Amino acid sequence: MSMNNILEFLSLTDPNVRYVVIGSILLAASSAIVGTFTLLKKKALVGDAVAHSVLPGVCLAFMLSGVKNPVYLIIGAFITGWISLVLIDTITARSKIKEDTAIGLILSVFFGIGILMVTVIQKSGNAAQSGLDHFLFGQAASLVGNDLVVFSGIALILMAAVWLFFKEFTVIAFDENFARSIGFPVRTLELILTTLTVLAVVTGIQAIGVVLMAAMLITPAAAARFWTDKLKVMIVLAAGLGAFSGLVGAYISYVAPAMPTGPWIVMVVSIIAVLSFFLAPRKGILFRLITQRKFRKQMLEENILKLLYQLGEAQGSYYQPRTIEEIVARRPFQMSRLKKGLRNLNRQGFLKSTEKGWAYTRAGKRKGQRVTKLHRLWELYLTEYLRIAPDHVHEDAETIEHIITPELERRLEEKLRYPKLDPHQSEIPYPKL
Amino acid sequence: MIHQVETPIVELHDITVSYHKKPVLWDIDLTLPSGSIIGIIGPNGAGKSTLLKAMMGLVELSSGYVRIFDQDLDQVRSRVSYVPQKESVDWDFPASVLDVVLMGRYGKLGLFTRPRKADKEVAMECLRQVDMENYAGRQISQLSGGQQQRVFLARALAQEADLYFMDEPFAGVDAATEKAIINLLKSMSKQGKTVVVVHHDLQSALEYFDWAVLLNLRLIASGPVNQVLTPELLQETYGGKLTLLAAVGDLLTKKEFPSRE
Ligand SMILES: Nc1ncnc2c1ncn2[C@@H]1O[C@H](COP(=O)(O)OP(=O)(O)OP(=O)(O)O)[C@@H](O)[C@H]1O
Ligand SMILES: [Mg+2]
Repeated sequence: MSMNNILEFLSLTDPNVRYVVIGSILLAASSAIVGTFTLLKKKALVGDAVAHSVLPGVCLAFMLSGVKNPVYLIIGAFITGWISLVLIDTITARSKIKEDTAIGLILSVFFGIGILMVTVIQKSGNAAQSGLDHFLFGQAASLVGNDLVVFSGIALILMAAVWLFFKEFTVIAFDENFARSIGFPVRTLELILTTLTVLAVVTGIQAIGVVLMAAMLITPAAAARFWTDKLKVMIVLAAGLGAFSGLVGAYISYVAPAMPTGPWIVMVVSIIAVLSFFLAPRKGILFRLITQRKFRKQMLEENILKLLYQLGEAQGSYYQPRTIEEIVARRPFQMSRLKKGLRNLNRQGFLKSTEKGWAYTRAGKRKGQRVTKLHRLWELYLTEYLRIAPDHVHEDAETIEHIITPELERRLEEKLRYPKLDPHQSEIPYPKL
Repeated sequence: MIHQVETPIVELHDITVSYHKKPVLWDIDLTLPSGSIIGIIGPNGAGKSTLLKAMMGLVELSSGYVRIFDQDLDQVRSRVSYVPQKESVDWDFPASVLDVVLMGRYGKLGLFTRPRKADKEVAMECLRQVDMENYAGRQISQLSGGQQQRVFLARALAQEADLYFMDEPFAGVDAATEKAIINLLKSMSKQGKTVVVVHHDLQSALEYFDWAVLLNLRLIASGPVNQVLTPELLQETYGGKLTLLAAVGDLLTKKEFPSRE
């Protein structure tokens, strides 16, 4: 896989490469678009069942017709895909078996039959020529000629359908009963969405394969959900992620023709999903960890400043340097964190380091005083307005003092009418004007 | 004490509704007056939500029929609005407040037509009425319970209907929001609209409603609120007299009897 290889591939000079690339991108993007609604309707498992259930249909179509004509194969896939859905619905409605069990049952039975049929076809010596074995794990490079036209055609139809039904699909995914109450034909719309899901699966069987097709349906949408709260953006993003992984699949097919492409495509899209899980703003884990760390750091620093203020209060002199021993004697900080906090405060200009220890700057004192004030104001608020016993309010105030905004601070002061003393009779310090 | 109305806005004729063969509403014969605020009251599991769904054609009827404005529901849908219990949807759905309120216009728009600028303006006006215009762009997952309820109300207002069915609009809202909502409902009723509300609190019922319906698997009372909210009728609704009806219902599930032949 040299650089040359990539450039040659990306230049799309070879018309065969061009078709495979276009086909892969189209069908990966279209299944991601349909999959967005499958995900939002919480039908991911159903998608998986359909994907596996199309295999016997494909095999049957081949056995009956004796040729690998994409139209026959699609019809076959469509029929068994649909039968599996109807069976899942019937089992769930008519028996005590729950939906997830019914899905598992149908998936394994249909897939088992499909595998059996693949084996039979292979035994008949017809498989290599038919390329039917590709339907398990996909082979993007085999998307040429007739196949390409048909599968890409369906992909385009899928995209157009979602565009057409966007408003309708959105409302049935969000609030089905409401949709019914305004007279939308909910059953028909669901039927259409299900049909699109089956079709999306069908488009992918050749390039991605039935085993992993469900992942192609759901994973791009799931990854996109981490990055946005807007449905339209989510759909476009899912399509983009799908298209990118389709491109990668086409490339693998180009440089390593013997390699199945489905697993590669799905691996790429899964890596993207995992990265989104860690990295995405607000929802991603990494972002949350960073925010938590930031807050912990802020709490530590403010606690140090508050403590220096209390020491100053006790001894009547705020700007006198304090040793680490003095600080720890008053409040048991963890030593390494305390030192780090002091250094940070020094760097930010809230403290200065002297021979005799750490001393406030003006800004440092102002900030320490504010935190102390907020702590005491909150304690007073809790005792006065929520009638909580004075000996129970300290813990709560330890957290709240760090998150009160200036607006809330003002409201608190006004509500309590600038009180002088907190519930423990400590003075509430206001900045001198 | 079942008061029937001369020219009802809603008429239920001998309605029975069952889930898995077990009837949860038995033979409801009910007429509701137009232009009033109507409270549907009863204990948990009494079938209040089911009654609203039956009126909106959202559950299958084992027997009976519903008429609204003396017509079939399908003929008058554009004049009727339904507000589900807010717990019935997933608020983590990727949509903004305005997106949800715009859904209130979908019935008028019909299939395939996208909301136009005028619809957005109506939606914004409805948000203003529930005091949520500053939240139009807000993600619905970032709303409090009371704000979710207001968004649902705004969506209903955007439907510009004449008859509103609301399932527990006061559930999980604070006193100020409750007051704002009831004031809104009262002003709607002054404009001649009819509002049917599922409600839980007996204290406020007397003050909020013109008409009350007491329900517990069967219809116990329906009439002007001061005639219905009497100790005897409430005792009948909330007391344990209906254990027999519930027991028969259970039996029907177990034996798999058809509830109607
Ligand atoms: N989809 C359903 N499938 C089966 N049983 C149901 C279903 N919905 C409701 N029920 C049952 O029907 C009965 C009436 O339910 P319903 O939701 O109408 O009561 P409710 O009066 O609205 O109660 P709540 O005050 O708790 O909202 C209950 O016993 C409930 O368990
Ligand atoms: Mg209910």
